[in-house]
Amino acid sequence: MATLKSNIPSGQLAQKWTKHRFESKLVNPANKRKYKVIVVGAGLAGASASATLADLGYQVDNFVFHDSPRRAHSIAAQGGINAAKNYQNDGDSVHRLFYDTIKGGDFRAREANVHRLAEVSVQIIDQCVAQGVPFAREYGGLLDNRSFGGAQVSRTFYARGQTGQQLLLGACSALSRQVGLGGVKSHTHAEMLDLVVVDGHAKGMIVRNLQTGEITRHGADAVVLATGGYGNVFNLSTYARGSNATAIWRAYRRGACLANPCYTQIHPTCIPVSGDYQSKLTLMSESLRNDGRIWVSKKQADRRLPHEIPEEERDYYLERMYRAFGNLAPRDIASRAAKQVCDEGRGVGETGLGVYLDFSESIRRLGEDKVRERYGNLFAIYHEITDEDAYKTPMRIYPAVHYTMGGLWVDYNLMSNIPGLFVLGEANFSDHGANRLGASALMQGLADGYFVLPATLSNYLATQKPENRVTIEHAAFREADSIVRQSLQRMLETKGKRTPASFHKELGKILWDHCGMARNKAGLEKAIQKTAALREEYSKNINVMGDGGEWNQALEQAGRVADFIELGELMCRDALHREESCGGHFREEFQYTASDPETQQGLVNPGDVRRDDERFAYVAAWEYAGKGRAPTLNKEPLAYEEVHMTTRSYK
Amino acid sequence: MNLLQRVWQSSLGKKYLMALTGAALFLFVVGHMMGNLQVFLGPQAINRYGHFLKTTPEILWPARIGLLACVGLHMIVAVALVAQNRAARPVAYAKVRAHGATAASRTMIWSGLIILTFVIYHLLHYTLTLPSVNGYGLDFSTLRDEEGRHDIFAMIVMGFQKWPVSLFYFVAVGLLCTHLGHGIGSMFQSLGLKNNVWGPRIAGFARAASVLLFLGYASIPAAVLGGFGGGHLEEMRRVAQQRDSAAPPDQNRMVPIGVTNAAGKEK
Amino acid sequence: MKVRLKVWRQKNSGSAGSFHIYETPDLNPNMSFLEMLDVINEQLAERGQEPIAFDHDCREGICGTCSLVIDGKPHGPHPGVATCQTYMRSFKDGDEIVVEPFRAKAFPLIKDLVVSRKAFDTILQAGGFITVRAGSPPDANAILVAKADSDLAMDAAQCIGCGACVAACRNASAMLFVSAKVSHLGLLPQGQPERYTRVQNMVEAMDAAGFGNCSVTGACEAVCPKSISIDFIARMNRDYAVALLKGDSKKPAGGGAG
Repeated sequence: MATLKSNIPSGQLAQKWTKHRFESKLVNPANKRKYKVIVVGAGLAGASASATLADLGYQVDNFVFHDSPRRAHSIAAQGGINAAKNYQNDGDSVHRLFYDTIKGGDFRAREANVHRLAEVSVQIIDQCVAQGVPFAREYGGLLDNRSFGGAQVSRTFYARGQTGQQLLLGACSALSRQVGLGGVKSHTHAEMLDLVVVDGHAKGMIVRNLQTGEITRHGADAVVLATGGYGNVFNLSTYARGSNATAIWRAYRRGACLANPCYTQIHPTCIPVSGDYQSKLTLMSESLRNDGRIWVSKKQADRRLPHEIPEEERDYYLERMYRAFGNLAPRDIASRAAKQVCDEGRGVGETGLGVYLDFSESIRRLGEDKVRERYGNLFAIYHEITDEDAYKTPMRIYPAVHYTMGGLWVDYNLMSNIPGLFVLGEANFSDHGANRLGASALMQGLADGYFVLPATLSNYLATQKPENRVTIEHAAFREADSIVRQSLQRMLETKGKRTPASFHKELGKILWDHCGMARNKAGLEKAIQKTAALREEYSKNINVMGDGGEWNQALEQAGRVADFIELGELMCRDALHREESCGGHFREEFQYTASDPETQQGLVNPGDVRRDDERFAYVAAWEYAGKGRAPTLNKEPLAYEEVHMTTRSYK
Repeated sequence: MNLLQRVWQSSLGKKYLMALTGAALFLFVVGHMMGNLQVFLGPQAINRYGHFLKTTPEILWPARIGLLACVGLHMIVAVALVAQNRAARPVAYAKVRAHGATAASRTMIWSGLIILTFVIYHLLHYTLTLPSVNGYGLDFSTLRDEEGRHDIFAMIVMGFQKWPVSLFYFVAVGLLCTHLGHGIGSMFQSLGLKNNVWGPRIAGFARAASVLLFLGYASIPAAVLGGFGGGHLEEMRRVAQQRDSAAPPDQNRMVPIGVTNAAGKEK
Repeated sequence: MKVRLKVWRQKNSGSAGSFHIYETPDLNPNMSFLEMLDVINEQLAERGQEPIAFDHDCREGICGTCSLVIDGKPHGPHPGVATCQTYMRSFKDGDEIVVEPFRAKAFPLIKDLVVSRKAFDTILQAGGFITVRAGSPPDANAILVAKADSDLAMDAAQCIGCGACVAACRNASAMLFVSAKVSHLGLLPQGQPERYTRVQNMVEAMDAAGFGNCSVTGACEAVCPKSISIDFIARMNRDYAVALLKGDSKKPAGGGAG
């Protein structure tokens, strides 16, 4: 059993971070340059961490599988980034952002982490503006804000519909600067294939160069994973095609616990699936819900065109069900509501898996120009993909996999249960509980990279002596190296009949059907069997063309899909064991019904998620127990000192 | 590194040189056209202008040397740029498209080279007045008006009365104008004197300037081919006949102008 | 619909390449161009042939990974989109489509349709940043930025670094890419302190990478998936001229505080 020590500092919630920083061990400036840190990934968390650690004086090696750090998928985030600046004077504060995030996460996040996130959120905006991130501004030259789901204040900073891009380019510019100065060594087309653990500490990794196929060993005093989420386990998602879980999965197999893998976020506003060939789902920013109204017909199987359906026959179901938040209800709730109306046979479009997002009222109120100014690029994307004009006819949207709240378990210092292994951003589990609010992923990635890790890393490094760092000839490196080579060889030599893509597609379907927006015991048990069978078939029937000593995209994909299959099975196990519903994890057996007192008091609707705080107010951290053996479940209880766990109501 | 080295070594620096020499040449082309258009004011005006230039070496020679330097630099830099540009794409595309680039913008080096050829001919024709290139076998510099000045008016008229000369002129001036149609805008772009407000204005100016230059330059040979200046030649021929009444005019050699004959005989 | 593809295949930078012809199966016109390539690759793998290597990632037009010159135009026939946002409905049934890699000396070929765009990173590393240490900046609203400047900076900052400008330029010039970053940072008050050293360092890095020069044809702007204007090139030219005239700033006098 792993020991999970959260290392949450004592004291008042609002003072913990300040106190912790003061009490943390430091490394003096002259010694910092002797330490070597590996950072894997260059999204918001990885790029900002690499740059900041190098600014502090550490020697940093940054690894990305892309051709350039700037390609990381943080770049695709559209809507914005939250910060408790209260520039709008609408009653926002650090505490309110903290509370909204905890509540948004359905009381399954760690209280102290979330408070720290809200505290540093204000610094993030300062940092980004100073870097030249061109956030939207008002005519007077001040920063503008918009509102986002799950909040009743406007605290989201944005750069048109490309906030993630601008923030990432900002972080990457800081990284570029340090690469130019020699503080960071940038390794591109470099995929991490194993973690090297020496005497229980993470001390390096094995990397395959995707261009040449060369396998290399890299040693360091600490390893930082900032490799993003694992949503591509579903095959179809809003993730980039290359997004993968290989780094965290290989770390898991080396003993790092994977926490809450079943917490996945299904984003309510994506363009619906149109055919079997599809490789990718495209998000339509949540910000659209500021001015768009979501509806379906009141009748089942209504084949009329949207403009033929009179106002009184339309069901603006979010406004009806969640009066206080309406169309800006949190993502998990909006997604489930869409699924619910489609399950009732009221979905729109050819497949019946879609709802309308209608701008006609906003266009009448604000004029088409204003709507174009706010969302022009999103309407253009929609037009490109569907060939439909959303200024004239409502958009059709449907939920799609978008984010994973689960990830490697970390303590308050962002260190996993393997000392020396740090995990940042979406790759860790720490801040979003069972559901993430919109515009909070960017906040967390940058908080971890710019402010949290640079302050907490020294706590670990101060206990390590760089002169004692083992060389890459150490037995642990040799062993990991040969494991990597063998597994690549196995995939190339199996010479079966099925391509990696076909396995991925099948896995995605199993998980979407049984571990998607709604889950139940029977389905999950079936999914565990199916994924196990798929893993078995994969080992016998995978077909990878080409060889390992060159650019080989099929080989890359094969390795990632193999990891996804195993991870998918773990997700189902986690979902099965968690006999409650919370946030993005909806177990059909655990929902409010019309006869429950909470429903009758008007706090929730029938069909809303029903938590079980008595049994499940903990973090489920799964530990690898060896090949073919069921993983071990470790529990970190969620002790709330300030917030009282209540029924999550948005009515 | 000093400034000149930096300018020469950088891609942007070379474009500054192109723009600055191009700007100087553009101003020359405008001035030259203004001078030439005096032909429509009659022989007196243009011959006086020519005489003034010829007899003021302190203006003429700096201008000539400056122009020559600009042309030389414009060419050398252009060749260097083209060489770099070719080297920047060693493997060509199988399918090539213009992506909205105008023909003028894609053929600057060719229009430039043809214009250069024309300029060389033009200099031999009217400045060095080589007898072998004007179709008459006559040294144009020997043409004199009543006041004994170089009869530039007659030279222009005679020169353009040969239609192949005029045709080459039309072509060259046409190319000059496409060259400038792109070049003027590029000049502002390369020097950074352009933005979203001034861009369209500069483009309009470039179009207008190149069309006006074409019309201005082409109007002279067009007028000559249409009969303009014939009267002056007749008049000069008559004067010459009167003065040299003893000698019959030689119609075949087309050198009817008395001053020439007189000058020839005086030697 | 069905189309015929003429695709450039080349094992690596060292070997010779050539065009190969592929007939597609029946396609859905709503498929993206990359999804069509996925279908062909699946077919090739089933037949035991090596799939076509091509770059792609986000498939929503923002990461800048996808490339390809499709029938003579980078990113396919439509303006303002990347290859991943090009759909088969843009082509006709029975069309022959020529697919080539981006071609430039500064973008060496890796395999088939994949080229290395590392040169872009090198340019950014030379100066594409504002030096700011985490933890030290003033409040975000302490410096006002005129909306017009901020909007224009955003226009430039949208660049996705795909390299289509280089691919389309007859001179394989990277001016649009470089000028977009120079303008984005140079337009903002935060970018002023390093404005002239930045442009100088970036232009020098660009020249060293072997890109061509600007002939102001406007092809780059026409193919740019983010429709970035060549007016930014003028802005870079101006800044660089000022930088040259200013000359190198004086080196600080030696000797540190005790």
